Amino acid sequence: MSDDQASSVTDTAPTLAVEDLSVSYRRRRKTLPAVSGASFEIAPGEAYGLVGESGCGKSTVAMALMRYLPGNAAVDGGTIRFQGQDVLTASPATLRGWRGNQMAMVYQDPGSALNPAVRVGTQIAEVYRVHRGLSRDDALDRAADMLDKVRFPSPKDMLRRYPHELSGGQQQRVMIAMALAADPALLILDEPTTGLDATVEAEVLDLIEQLRAEYSTSVLFISHNLGIVARLCDRVGVLYAGRLSEEGPASSVLTEPRHPYTSALLRCVPRPGMRKDTKRLEPIPGYLPRLGEAPPGCPFAPRCDLVQPECETAPPPLVQVPGSHASACLRATEVPALTARDGEPAAAPASGTAPAPPPAAEKAEKAEKAAEPVIAVDGLVKRYTSAGMEVTAVDGVSLDIAPGETFGLVGESGSGKTTLARCIAGLLPSSAGKITVTADHSGRRARARFLQMVFQNPDTALNPRHIVRRILSRAQKRQDDPATSSERGRRLSDLVRAVRLQDWHLDVRPAALSGGLKQRVAIARAFAGKPSVVLCDEPVSALDVSVQAAILNLLIDLQAERGVSYLFISHDLTVVQYLADRIGVMYHGEIVDIGPANAVAAAPHHPYTEALLSAAPALGSDGAESRIRLDLTPVQPGTGTEGCRFHGRCHRSLGEVCATQVPPWQTDDSGNTYRCHIPPVQLRDLQGAATPL
Amino acid sequence: MAELTSPAAPAAAPAPRPAPGAAAGAFLGRHPLLSLLVKRLWLALVTLFLVSVLVFVIARVMPGDVGRSILGPYASAAQVAALDRKLGLDRPILAQYGSYIWGFVRGDWGTSPVLSVPVRPYVMGHLVNSLYLAGLALVEIIPLSIGLGIVAGWFRDRWPDRLISVVGVSLLALPEFVSGTILIVVFSIELRALPSSAAVPDLSIVDILHNLLLPSLPLLFVLFGYIARMTRAGTADALSSNYARTAYLKGLSGTAVLWKHVLRNSLTPTITVIAVQLGYLIGGLVVTERLFNYPGIGNLIYTAATDHDQAMLQAGVLLIAGVYTVANTLADLLYAVLNPRLRLGGS
Repeated sequence: MSDDQASSVTDTAPTLAVEDLSVSYRRRRKTLPAVSGASFEIAPGEAYGLVGESGCGKSTVAMALMRYLPGNAAVDGGTIRFQGQDVLTASPATLRGWRGNQMAMVYQDPGSALNPAVRVGTQIAEVYRVHRGLSRDDALDRAADMLDKVRFPSPKDMLRRYPHELSGGQQQRVMIAMALAADPALLILDEPTTGLDATVEAEVLDLIEQLRAEYSTSVLFISHNLGIVARLCDRVGVLYAGRLSEEGPASSVLTEPRHPYTSALLRCVPRPGMRKDTKRLEPIPGYLPRLGEAPPGCPFAPRCDLVQPECETAPPPLVQVPGSHASACLRATEVPALTARDGEPAAAPASGTAPAPPPAAEKAEKAEKAAEPVIAVDGLVKRYTSAGMEVTAVDGVSLDIAPGETFGLVGESGSGKTTLARCIAGLLPSSAGKITVTADHSGRRARARFLQMVFQNPDTALNPRHIVRRILSRAQKRQDDPATSSERGRRLSDLVRAVRLQDWHLDVRPAALSGGLKQRVAIARAFAGKPSVVLCDEPVSALDVSVQAAILNLLIDLQAERGVSYLFISHDLTVVQYLADRIGVMYHGEIVDIGPANAVAAAPHHPYTEALLSAAPALGSDGAESRIRLDLTPVQPGTGTEGCRFHGRCHRSLGEVCATQVPPWQTDDSGNTYRCHIPPVQLRDLQGAATPL
Repeated sequence: MAELTSPAAPAAAPAPRPAPGAAAGAFLGRHPLLSLLVKRLWLALVTLFLVSVLVFVIARVMPGDVGRSILGPYASAAQVAALDRKLGLDRPILAQYGSYIWGFVRGDWGTSPVLSVPVRPYVMGHLVNSLYLAGLALVEIIPLSIGLGIVAGWFRDRWPDRLISVVGVSLLALPEFVSGTILIVVFSIELRALPSSAAVPDLSIVDILHNLLLPSLPLLFVLFGYIARMTRAGTADALSSNYARTAYLKGLSGTAVLWKHVLRNSLTPTITVIAVQLGYLIGGLVVTERLFNYPGIGNLIYTAATDHDQAMLQAGVLLIAGVYTVANTLADLLYAVLNPRLRLGGS
């Protein structure tokens, strides 16, 4: 972050020094190494980022630092020194004195990390009671101060709340308040924003950034999100299969990586403004070795583009690359060239069988000609009753999807995206409005043939008791196709090949497959018939970035092969922008912005779209000073106002008119249509400077 | 395409308005506990009504004629018919039920034709006797099963847990008449320490223990395994939860984590289970009371059923159903009170 800060602290002793740390898990009498020989240091006031995909050992490192490993884990070697003292041999009393006081932690999923039966004030005050010996009232006063520091408008009231009365972002701010309560020397943040909405994530990250300036705390920031790490951390360590593969200043590691793994990670994430028709994502081939199954040499060797025989004999040590940072690659000097390969255009799919997807413009033209949309939604309304109140989850949404088109739907959680998709799929009855599908598909069974869904979590969407073959052949049978069994078998293997699964995958149950493979099975099931439309509800949100890239490529290929239309729902605007031909932005049950993907992503667009775009901490977007922050408390769904629903949080609000009058639809030359009182010409002037796109 | 994406949304902003079904809730005010209470009480009434119908019908279709069973095998058919008429048994069943339930609600529970005593004081007296027994059983069960359940949860999968769980399950598998018989053989017949036939105790602790300790043990055996397992599961789950981890990493000691964070969450289901079991205890007394020949309500029902004493049987079963329903309602309310999510009605 700040160079002078970093240099001024290098002379002093590190807050945390990890040397040659190895941790393993015991499972069925086998020793499975999870972390092997990891060494790193964190200087006072420094923010150190630990990145890597899930299963790389990041959280194991964090728990080892706190010496809170599960019962079946053991530290096999190495030392952890916290402020010069040995953590691994410290007495339980010493440890208790550190935890929550000198070293504190914030976790993923704040909802479960807070005790549901205890008021948040009491939970924060506990830190002062235990470590400062304060009385109950004094401790609560200090807790209120702390809540004030994490920007709660009325901290005294917050003290008496229970966790379930807070939103996810508020819960995470409480966790941060609790972690910082005793002004610790080391703060460990383990995926603190994973699972939060983009705007909430931005809010939490801002807070962490501000507090870091206020407190001189050292930070260990664990994340799979390279963009966030690039923004928040001074130095970064990249963990792969339990080994540090690369380490150095964040700016250097994440812009000019010296390890093929980091390079591959960077290449498989879509960047803002990237489109499927200009650039194909590069998923990392192969899989992360399972615990205890790492190859004897470099763990990344089987997936590496630069692999050579020496790589497979012994794991290369982490050494300083001349003129750069440390890397555990024998061919570190050649990695920049690998990363630069970046500019590759959208090539034909790896299989070489499918044609490249036609450019967007051409496709839009075709769609115009085809005239009849596969699905037309007109004034759709969905109300439901919750706790005696009537809530309108979807309020007058109109959209249509052309054959072969991808329509991206974005918005924060609770905006009605999923409800809309469920209404379209016929899983929920709509309260008003009309959904027209291509003729002769109006019956329920017919609709199932015509329209399929892919869900966020394949774990719950696939029957765990059936083998994959059964799952897929049942889906085939439902298509009422009078095919012979040999014909069916042939189609099944076609299907399996189409989603890049292998034949042996057919004979296992979903539990034996990784998340990405399970999602492939779910996609195969959706494509078992000949659907015209597939509704994808956050299909890649639960997946690691390299897997995400592969699934997105698969969806693109299937579309090119089969001409299917997608309704693609995601909270990740970068992904939607990459994949979609057109985008609709939902806010509070309404579409507030709709148009061709590039037009929606560029100014002028709805202020809400603008805020969503600027909240996404993606790599390659720097514009920290121009980031737009929304008011922290989203309005409850259903509590509509007279005027624009967004006006209370809007940074471009005109005041009176926004609060009292329903905004009109405005159309820009680019084809973007949005609901706002500010006309396109004016809005372009306002946003032109702010949006770096 | 353009025509379809054009603004078609109705302009009306959706003000939150109460749904049609919520009229009663609105009338009673917004507090979720209050509306829960009303809902539960309403359900309890419905349950009791259905039980009363069921009991009434079953008592009527039981083999054997009421008049005959009172007058004995040597009475003439005319005498039996006359008694039946006197008891109102020749009226339509609906009318019989109507006058019965009307009387029951007003406190007129009739007279037992078999014992020639007023039903209400007789049944009530037996209920009180049963409450002594059930009360003693609860006093033993609650601390023992919760305490050992917490120990088992704390030492999950280690020997104290194994021991407690195995003993609990073994006792659970032992029917009351078996364990009761063993107890009688050992403590009354062999050791001659405690009476095999329990008398109603006076209110001194010594006398209560002397008479009721033995009959209470089979009840303890049955419920201990169940409640201890519930407690163990709740405690072990809460101990491995993320919020327990938060508490540990806040610097709390193991015991502090247990008392301040774990038990609050883990005992909620246990407490409601106990409240439900209270109802079971009263109903489950038949076997034990019979075995120890204790004049409680279980014994009363048994005798009434074998004697065709309809009035007594109906009153006894209805009373037990009442206790059971109250216990269940209490359990539901307790759960709501202990759970802040329900108490405050969520967000």
